[in-house]
Amino acid sequence: MLLPQPRGPISHGVVRLLKDDRDEPAALTGGDEGDLQDDDLQLALWMLFELHYRGFADVPAGREWDLDLLRLRAELQERLEQELRSRTATAVAEALTVPEADFPERLTALIDAADGPSVAGYLQRDATRDQVVDFMRQRSIYHLKESDPYSFVLPRLEGAPKTALAELQYDEYGAGQPHRLHQTMFGDALEGCGLDREYGAYIDQASALTLATSNVASLFALQRRLRGAALGHFAAFESTSSVPCRKIARGIRRVGLPDVVAAYFDEHVEADAVHEQVAVRHICGALVEQEPALAEDVLFGAAACLAVDALAGERLLASWASSDSPQGESSLMRAAASPTSG
Amino acid sequence: MTSTDREVTVEQCPGGPLLVRGADIIRDAEGTAHDVTRPLVAVCACGKTGRPPWCDGTHKALRRPT
Repeated sequence: MLLPQPRGPISHGVVRLLKDDRDEPAALTGGDEGDLQDDDLQLALWMLFELHYRGFADVPAGREWDLDLLRLRAELQERLEQELRSRTATAVAEALTVPEADFPERLTALIDAADGPSVAGYLQRDATRDQVVDFMRQRSIYHLKESDPYSFVLPRLEGAPKTALAELQYDEYGAGQPHRLHQTMFGDALEGCGLDREYGAYIDQASALTLATSNVASLFALQRRLRGAALGHFAAFESTSSVPCRKIARGIRRVGLPDVVAAYFDEHVEADAVHEQVAVRHICGALVEQEPALAEDVLFGAAACLAVDALAGERLLASWASSDSPQGESSLMRAAASPTSG
Repeated sequence: MTSTDREVTVEQCPGGPLLVRGADIIRDAEGTAHDVTRPLVAVCACGKTGRPPWCDGTHKALRRPT
Protein backbone atom coordinates (compact mmCIF):
# COMPACT_ATOMS: atom_id res chain seq x y z
CA MET A 1 0.00 0.00 0.00
CA LEU A 2 1.14 3.52 -0.78
CA LEU A 3 0.54 6.50 1.53
CA PRO A 4 -2.98 7.89 1.26
CA GLN A 5 -3.85 11.43 0.18
CA PRO A 6 -3.71 13.82 3.16
CA ARG A 7 -7.04 15.34 4.21
CA GLY A 8 -5.87 18.33 6.24
CA PRO A 9 -2.97 19.81 8.21
CA ILE A 10 -2.46 16.89 10.64
CA SER A 11 -2.43 14.12 8.04
CA HIS A 12 -0.36 16.34 5.75
CA GLY A 13 2.20 16.77 8.56
CA VAL A 14 2.28 13.00 9.15
CA VAL A 15 2.85 12.28 5.44
CA ARG A 16 5.74 14.76 5.40
CA LEU A 17 7.34 13.19 8.48
CA LEU A 18 6.86 9.70 7.02
CA LYS A 19 8.61 10.75 3.85
CA ASP A 20 11.41 12.17 5.99
CA ASP A 21 10.70 15.60 4.61
CA ARG A 22 11.51 17.19 7.99
CA ASP A 23 9.00 19.72 9.07
CA GLU A 24 7.37 20.66 12.33
CA PRO A 25 4.33 18.46 12.94
CA ALA A 26 1.14 20.36 12.26
CA ALA A 27 -0.73 22.07 15.06
CA LEU A 28 -3.57 19.90 16.29
CA THR A 29 -6.99 21.25 15.51
CA GLY A 30 -10.32 19.49 15.64
CA GLY A 31 -13.61 19.70 13.77
CA ASP A 32 -16.85 20.83 15.39
CA GLU A 33 -18.27 17.32 15.50
CA GLY A 34 -15.50 15.84 17.63
CA ASP A 35 -12.48 13.76 16.82
CA LEU A 36 -14.35 10.62 15.79
CA GLN A 37 -15.74 12.39 12.72
CA ASP A 38 -12.61 14.37 11.96
CA ASP A 39 -11.28 13.02 8.64
CA ASP A 40 -7.89 14.66 9.03
CA LEU A 41 -7.24 13.42 12.56
CA GLN A 42 -8.53 9.89 11.95
CA LEU A 43 -6.45 9.50 8.79
CA ALA A 44 -3.33 10.80 10.57
CA LEU A 45 -3.82 8.34 13.40
CA TRP A 46 -4.59 5.51 11.01
CA MET A 47 -1.29 6.09 9.18
CA LEU A 48 0.64 6.21 12.46
CA PHE A 49 -0.93 2.95 13.65
CA GLU A 50 -0.43 1.32 10.26
CA LEU A 51 3.35 1.51 10.73
CA HIS A 52 2.90 -1.30 13.30
CA TYR A 53 0.88 -3.51 10.92
CA ARG A 54 1.88 -3.86 7.23
CA GLY A 55 3.24 -0.35 6.67
CA PHE A 56 3.52 1.57 3.40
CA ALA A 57 5.63 0.67 0.37
CA ASP A 58 6.78 4.30 0.10
CA VAL A 59 7.82 4.67 3.78
CA PRO A 60 11.10 3.23 5.23
CA ALA A 61 10.26 0.47 7.75
CA GLY A 62 12.44 2.11 10.41
CA ARG A 63 10.02 5.02 10.78
CA GLU A 64 7.83 2.76 12.93
CA TRP A 65 9.88 3.93 15.94
CA ASP A 66 10.56 7.54 14.90
CA LEU A 67 10.34 9.70 18.02
CA ASP A 68 8.56 12.65 16.37
CA LEU A 69 5.94 10.32 14.93
CA LEU A 70 5.51 8.53 18.27
CA ARG A 71 5.12 11.86 20.07
CA LEU A 72 2.42 12.97 17.65
CA ARG A 73 0.72 9.58 17.93
CA ALA A 74 0.67 9.89 21.72
CA GLU A 75 -1.07 13.27 21.49
CA LEU A 76 -3.68 12.04 19.02
CA GLN A 77 -4.25 8.87 21.05
CA GLU A 78 -4.82 10.90 24.17
CA ARG A 79 -7.47 13.00 22.41
CA LEU A 80 -9.25 9.97 21.04
CA GLU A 81 -9.18 8.16 24.39
CA GLN A 82 -10.61 11.20 26.20
CA GLU A 83 -13.43 11.55 23.69
CA LEU A 84 -14.26 7.85 23.99
CA ARG A 85 -14.18 7.98 27.80
CA SER A 86 -16.57 10.92 27.91
CA ARG A 87 -18.94 9.34 25.35
CA THR A 88 -19.12 6.07 27.28
CA ALA A 89 -19.05 7.27 30.90
CA THR A 90 -22.79 6.76 31.48
CA ALA A 91 -22.94 3.28 29.92
CA VAL A 92 -19.91 2.12 31.94
CA ALA A 93 -21.29 3.58 35.21
CA GLU A 94 -24.62 1.82 34.62
CA ALA A 95 -22.93 -1.52 33.90
CA LEU A 96 -20.91 -1.23 37.10
CA THR A 97 -24.08 -0.85 39.17
CA VAL A 98 -25.99 -3.88 37.80
CA PRO A 99 -26.87 -5.56 41.09
CA GLU A 100 -25.53 -9.01 42.01
CA ALA A 101 -24.14 -9.73 38.59
CA ASP A 102 -20.95 -11.63 37.83
CA PHE A 103 -18.64 -9.92 35.37
CA PRO A 104 -19.75 -11.74 32.18
CA GLU A 105 -23.34 -10.80 33.07
CA ARG A 106 -22.39 -7.13 33.49
CA LEU A 107 -20.59 -7.13 30.17
CA THR A 108 -23.47 -8.90 28.42
CA ALA A 109 -25.97 -6.43 29.91
CA LEU A 110 -23.94 -3.50 28.62
CA ILE A 111 -23.71 -5.03 25.13
CA ASP A 112 -27.42 -5.96 25.04
CA ALA A 113 -28.43 -2.45 26.11
CA ALA A 114 -26.70 -0.85 23.12
CA ASP A 115 -29.20 0.42 20.64
CA GLY A 116 -27.51 1.45 17.41
CA PRO A 117 -29.25 1.79 14.04
CA SER A 118 -29.48 -1.47 12.11
CA VAL A 119 -27.25 -1.22 9.07
CA ALA A 120 -27.61 -5.02 8.77
CA GLY A 121 -31.41 -4.75 8.71
CA TYR A 122 -31.21 -2.13 5.95
CA LEU A 123 -28.76 -4.25 3.95
CA GLN A 124 -31.02 -7.27 4.37
CA ARG A 125 -34.21 -5.61 3.13
CA ASP A 126 -33.65 -2.32 1.33
CA ALA A 127 -30.10 -1.66 0.14
CA THR A 128 -29.31 -1.41 -3.56
CA ARG A 129 -26.49 -3.49 -5.00
CA ASP A 130 -24.32 -0.34 -5.14
CA GLN A 131 -24.95 0.32 -1.46
CA VAL A 132 -23.96 -3.24 -0.54
CA VAL A 133 -20.77 -2.78 -2.56
CA ASP A 134 -20.22 0.60 -0.85
CA PHE A 135 -20.57 -1.15 2.51
CA MET A 136 -18.00 -3.79 1.49
CA ARG A 137 -15.58 -1.09 0.37
CA GLN A 138 -15.79 0.70 3.73
CA ARG A 139 -15.55 -2.58 5.64
CA SER A 140 -12.39 -3.55 3.72
CA ILE A 141 -10.35 -1.10 5.81
CA TYR A 142 -10.83 -3.17 8.93
CA HIS A 143 -11.66 -6.65 7.64
CA LEU A 144 -8.46 -7.05 5.61
CA LYS A 145 -6.69 -6.90 8.98
CA GLU A 146 -9.57 -8.39 10.91
CA SER A 147 -8.68 -9.34 14.50
CA ASP A 148 -4.99 -8.46 13.98
CA PRO A 149 -5.08 -5.68 16.62
CA TYR A 150 -5.92 -8.16 19.38
CA SER A 151 -2.87 -10.30 18.60
CA PHE A 152 -0.80 -7.48 20.10
CA VAL A 153 -2.53 -8.16 23.42
CA LEU A 154 -1.45 -11.82 23.71
CA PRO A 155 2.01 -11.31 25.26
CA ARG A 156 0.46 -8.99 27.86
CA LEU A 157 -1.73 -11.73 29.31
CA GLU A 158 -1.07 -14.85 31.30
CA GLY A 159 -2.94 -18.03 32.08
CA ALA A 160 -6.58 -18.65 31.17
CA PRO A 161 -7.39 -15.43 29.24
CA LYS A 162 -4.24 -15.89 27.15
CA THR A 163 -5.21 -19.47 26.23
CA ALA A 164 -8.74 -18.34 25.34
CA LEU A 165 -7.55 -15.39 23.21
CA ALA A 166 -5.09 -17.66 21.38
CA GLU A 167 -7.88 -20.14 20.68
CA LEU A 168 -10.14 -17.43 19.33
CA GLN A 169 -7.39 -16.00 17.14
CA TYR A 170 -6.56 -19.51 15.84
CA ASP A 171 -10.12 -19.68 14.51
CA GLU A 172 -9.96 -16.11 13.10
CA TYR A 173 -6.71 -17.06 11.37
CA GLY A 174 -8.23 -20.05 9.60
CA ALA A 175 -7.66 -22.89 12.13
CA GLY A 176 -4.64 -24.13 10.19
CA GLN A 177 -6.15 -23.64 6.72
CA PRO A 178 -4.97 -20.52 4.86
CA HIS A 179 -8.09 -20.34 2.69
CA ARG A 180 -10.19 -20.10 5.86
CA LEU A 181 -8.22 -17.10 7.18
CA HIS A 182 -11.00 -14.56 7.71
CA GLN A 183 -8.98 -11.77 6.10
CA THR A 184 -8.53 -13.95 3.01
CA MET A 185 -12.23 -14.84 2.97
CA PHE A 186 -13.01 -11.12 3.03
CA GLY A 187 -10.60 -10.59 0.11
CA ASP A 188 -12.48 -13.33 -1.79
CA ALA A 189 -15.74 -11.53 -0.97
CA LEU A 190 -14.35 -8.21 -2.26
CA GLU A 191 -13.36 -9.89 -5.52
CA GLY A 192 -16.85 -11.34 -5.75
CA CYS A 193 -18.16 -7.75 -5.66
CA GLY A 194 -15.76 -6.73 -8.42
CA LEU A 195 -13.62 -4.80 -5.92
CA ASP A 196 -9.86 -4.72 -5.38
CA ARG A 197 -8.78 -7.15 -2.64
CA GLU A 198 -5.44 -5.49 -2.02
CA TYR A 199 -4.83 -4.34 1.55
CA GLY A 200 -5.59 -0.63 1.87
CA ALA A 201 -6.86 -0.29 -1.71
CA TYR A 202 -9.78 1.91 -0.62
CA ILE A 203 -8.05 3.96 2.04
CA ASP A 204 -8.68 7.21 0.13
CA GLN A 205 -12.43 6.44 0.08
CA ALA A 206 -12.65 5.49 3.76
CA SER A 207 -14.83 7.78 5.87
CA ALA A 208 -13.61 9.25 9.16
CA LEU A 209 -15.77 6.79 11.08
CA THR A 210 -14.53 3.82 9.05
CA LEU A 211 -11.00 4.89 9.99
CA ALA A 212 -12.09 5.47 13.59
CA THR A 213 -13.50 1.93 13.82
CA SER A 214 -10.07 0.58 12.98
CA ASN A 215 -8.22 3.19 15.05
CA VAL A 216 -10.10 2.49 18.27
CA ALA A 217 -9.08 -1.18 18.12
CA SER A 218 -5.44 -0.16 17.55
CA LEU A 219 -5.59 2.53 20.26
CA PHE A 220 -6.50 -0.10 22.85
CA ALA A 221 -4.52 -3.05 21.54
CA LEU A 222 -1.18 -1.28 21.11
CA GLN A 223 -1.06 -0.03 24.70
CA ARG A 224 -0.49 -2.52 27.52
CA ARG A 225 -2.15 -0.05 29.90
CA LEU A 226 -5.38 -0.49 27.91
CA ARG A 227 -5.30 -4.31 27.57
CA GLY A 228 -8.61 -4.56 29.43
CA ALA A 229 -10.25 -2.10 27.05
CA ALA A 230 -8.82 -4.01 24.05
CA LEU A 231 -10.40 -7.25 25.19
CA GLY A 232 -13.71 -5.57 26.07
CA HIS A 233 -13.67 -4.05 22.59
CA PHE A 234 -13.09 -7.48 21.05
CA ALA A 235 -15.93 -8.98 23.11
CA ALA A 236 -18.40 -6.28 21.99
CA PHE A 237 -17.28 -6.66 18.39
CA GLU A 238 -17.77 -10.44 18.43
CA SER A 239 -21.05 -10.21 20.36
CA THR A 240 -22.65 -7.90 17.82
CA SER A 241 -21.65 -9.92 14.78
CA SER A 242 -23.58 -13.18 14.55
CA VAL A 243 -27.13 -11.87 14.08
CA PRO A 244 -26.12 -8.92 11.82
CA CYS A 245 -24.01 -11.25 9.65
CA ARG A 246 -27.05 -13.45 9.06
CA LYS A 247 -29.00 -10.41 7.85
CA ILE A 248 -26.15 -9.11 5.71
CA ALA A 249 -25.76 -12.52 4.03
CA ARG A 250 -29.48 -12.42 3.13
CA GLY A 251 -29.11 -8.90 1.70
CA ILE A 252 -26.12 -9.96 -0.38
CA ARG A 253 -28.10 -12.84 -1.90
CA ARG A 254 -31.14 -10.58 -2.42
CA VAL A 255 -29.19 -8.12 -4.60
CA GLY A 256 -27.70 -11.00 -6.59
CA LEU A 257 -24.05 -10.82 -5.59
CA PRO A 258 -22.24 -14.19 -5.86
CA ASP A 259 -22.19 -16.78 -3.07
CA VAL A 260 -18.52 -16.12 -2.29
CA VAL A 261 -19.57 -12.70 -0.95
CA ALA A 262 -22.25 -14.16 1.32
CA ALA A 263 -19.91 -17.00 2.38
CA TYR A 264 -17.81 -14.64 4.48
CA PHE A 265 -20.90 -13.57 6.45
CA ASP A 266 -22.27 -17.14 6.67
CA GLU A 267 -18.98 -18.19 8.27
CA HIS A 268 -19.34 -15.40 10.82
CA VAL A 269 -22.86 -16.38 11.90
CA GLU A 270 -21.53 -19.66 13.27
CA ALA A 271 -18.02 -18.59 14.20
CA ASP A 272 -19.08 -15.50 16.12
CA ALA A 273 -21.78 -17.34 18.05
CA VAL A 274 -18.82 -19.24 19.51
CA HIS A 275 -16.42 -16.29 19.67
CA GLU A 276 -18.93 -14.17 21.56
CA GLN A 277 -19.08 -16.69 24.39
CA VAL A 278 -15.32 -17.21 24.40
CA ALA A 279 -14.62 -13.46 24.40
CA VAL A 280 -17.14 -12.54 27.09
CA ARG A 281 -16.62 -15.50 29.41
CA HIS A 282 -13.25 -17.16 28.79
CA ILE A 283 -11.29 -14.01 27.91
CA CYS A 284 -12.89 -11.02 29.67
CA GLY A 285 -14.42 -12.99 32.54
CA ALA A 286 -11.12 -14.74 33.25
CA LEU A 287 -9.11 -11.52 32.93
CA VAL A 288 -11.27 -9.69 35.46
CA GLU A 289 -11.07 -12.68 37.81
CA GLN A 290 -7.26 -12.35 37.68
CA GLU A 291 -7.19 -8.56 37.76
CA PRO A 292 -10.43 -7.16 39.23
CA ALA A 293 -9.13 -3.61 38.80
CA LEU A 294 -9.47 -4.02 35.01
CA ALA A 295 -13.26 -4.49 35.15
CA GLU A 296 -14.01 -0.84 34.38
CA ASP A 297 -11.61 -0.73 31.43
CA VAL A 298 -13.10 -3.91 29.92
CA LEU A 299 -16.54 -2.27 30.09
CA PHE A 300 -15.07 0.95 28.68
CA GLY A 301 -13.60 -0.91 25.70
CA ALA A 302 -16.90 -2.64 24.98
CA ALA A 303 -18.88 0.60 25.31
CA ALA A 304 -16.42 2.40 23.03
CA CYS A 305 -16.83 -0.27 20.34
CA LEU A 306 -20.62 0.02 20.52
CA ALA A 307 -20.60 3.85 20.55
CA VAL A 308 -18.39 4.11 17.45
CA ASP A 309 -20.41 1.39 15.68
CA ALA A 310 -23.66 3.22 16.42
CA LEU A 311 -22.28 6.52 15.15
CA ALA A 312 -20.79 4.88 12.05
CA GLY A 313 -24.07 3.10 11.34
CA GLU A 314 -26.05 6.31 11.76
CA ARG A 315 -23.80 8.20 9.35
CA LEU A 316 -23.76 5.38 6.80
CA LEU A 317 -27.56 5.12 6.74
CA ALA A 318 -27.89 8.91 6.59
CA SER A 319 -25.45 9.11 3.69
CA TRP A 320 -27.40 6.46 1.78
CA ALA A 321 -30.70 8.15 2.53
CA SER A 322 -29.46 11.47 1.15
CA SER A 323 -27.44 10.24 -1.80
CA ASP A 324 -27.87 9.08 -5.34
CA SER A 325 -24.46 7.38 -4.97
CA PRO A 326 -22.72 7.73 -8.32
CA GLN A 327 -20.60 4.78 -9.38
CA GLY A 328 -17.10 4.63 -7.99
CA GLU A 329 -17.54 7.33 -5.38
CA SER A 330 -18.36 6.39 -1.84
CA SER A 331 -21.47 8.17 -0.64
CA LEU A 332 -19.86 8.28 2.79
CA MET A 333 -16.94 10.34 1.59
CA ARG A 334 -19.32 12.93 0.23
CA ALA A 335 -21.29 12.89 3.47
CA ALA A 336 -18.07 13.35 5.40
CA ALA A 337 -17.12 16.30 3.23
CA SER A 338 -20.42 18.07 3.89
CA PRO A 339 -21.53 17.25 7.43
CA THR A 340 -24.88 19.01 7.02
CA SER A 341 -26.00 16.36 4.53
CA GLY A 342 -26.53 13.90 7.42
CA MET B 1 -3.91 -38.21 20.44
CA THR B 2 -5.61 -41.60 20.62
CA SER B 3 -9.34 -42.12 20.93
CA THR B 4 -8.89 -43.36 24.51
CA ASP B 5 -7.59 -40.04 25.86
CA ARG B 6 -10.05 -37.95 23.89
CA GLU B 7 -12.28 -35.88 26.13
CA VAL B 8 -15.39 -33.98 25.15
CA THR B 9 -16.41 -31.12 27.42
CA VAL B 10 -19.71 -29.25 27.48
CA GLU B 11 -20.33 -25.84 29.03
CA GLN B 12 -23.77 -24.31 29.35
CA CYS B 13 -23.65 -20.55 28.77
CA PRO B 14 -26.40 -18.89 30.86
CA GLY B 15 -29.20 -17.87 28.50
CA GLY B 16 -27.09 -18.99 25.54
CA PRO B 17 -25.73 -22.04 23.72
CA LEU B 18 -23.83 -25.13 24.84
CA LEU B 19 -20.11 -24.79 24.15
CA VAL B 20 -18.79 -28.18 23.09
CA ARG B 21 -15.07 -28.84 22.90
CA GLY B 22 -13.38 -31.89 21.42
CA ALA B 23 -16.31 -33.42 19.51
CA ASP B 24 -15.99 -34.73 15.92
CA ILE B 25 -19.70 -35.10 15.24
CA ILE B 26 -22.86 -33.67 16.81
CA ARG B 27 -25.86 -35.98 16.37
CA ASP B 28 -29.24 -34.22 16.58
CA ALA B 29 -32.56 -35.53 17.95
CA GLU B 30 -33.50 -36.96 14.54
CA GLY B 31 -30.23 -38.91 14.43
CA THR B 32 -28.62 -36.76 11.74
CA ALA B 33 -24.84 -36.41 12.15
CA HIS B 34 -23.31 -32.92 11.77
CA ASP B 35 -19.55 -32.67 11.27
CA VAL B 36 -17.66 -30.43 13.68
CA THR B 37 -15.18 -28.25 11.79
CA ARG B 38 -13.74 -26.10 14.61
CA PRO B 39 -12.13 -26.86 17.95
CA LEU B 40 -15.00 -25.33 19.88
CA VAL B 41 -18.60 -25.17 18.67
CA ALA B 42 -21.75 -23.49 20.01
CA VAL B 43 -24.75 -25.81 19.92
CA CYS B 44 -28.21 -24.21 20.07
CA ALA B 45 -29.92 -24.62 23.42
CA CYS B 46 -32.95 -22.35 22.90
CA GLY B 47 -34.39 -24.38 20.00
CA LYS B 48 -34.94 -21.29 17.83
CA THR B 49 -31.79 -21.26 15.70
CA GLY B 50 -32.08 -20.93 11.93
CA ARG B 51 -29.00 -23.15 11.44
CA PRO B 52 -29.56 -26.24 13.61
CA PRO B 53 -27.79 -27.68 15.46
CA TRP B 54 -25.55 -24.61 15.66
CA CYS B 55 -26.23 -21.43 17.63
CA ASP B 56 -26.86 -18.39 15.41
CA GLY B 57 -27.49 -15.84 18.15
CA THR B 58 -31.31 -16.01 17.96
CA HIS B 59 -31.51 -16.55 21.75
CA LYS B 60 -30.75 -12.84 22.16
CA ALA B 61 -34.04 -11.90 20.53
CA LEU B 62 -35.78 -14.10 23.13
CA ARG B 63 -34.19 -12.43 26.15
CA ARG B 64 -34.34 -8.86 24.86
CA PRO B 65 -37.19 -6.96 26.57
CA THR B 66 -39.69 -5.51 24.13
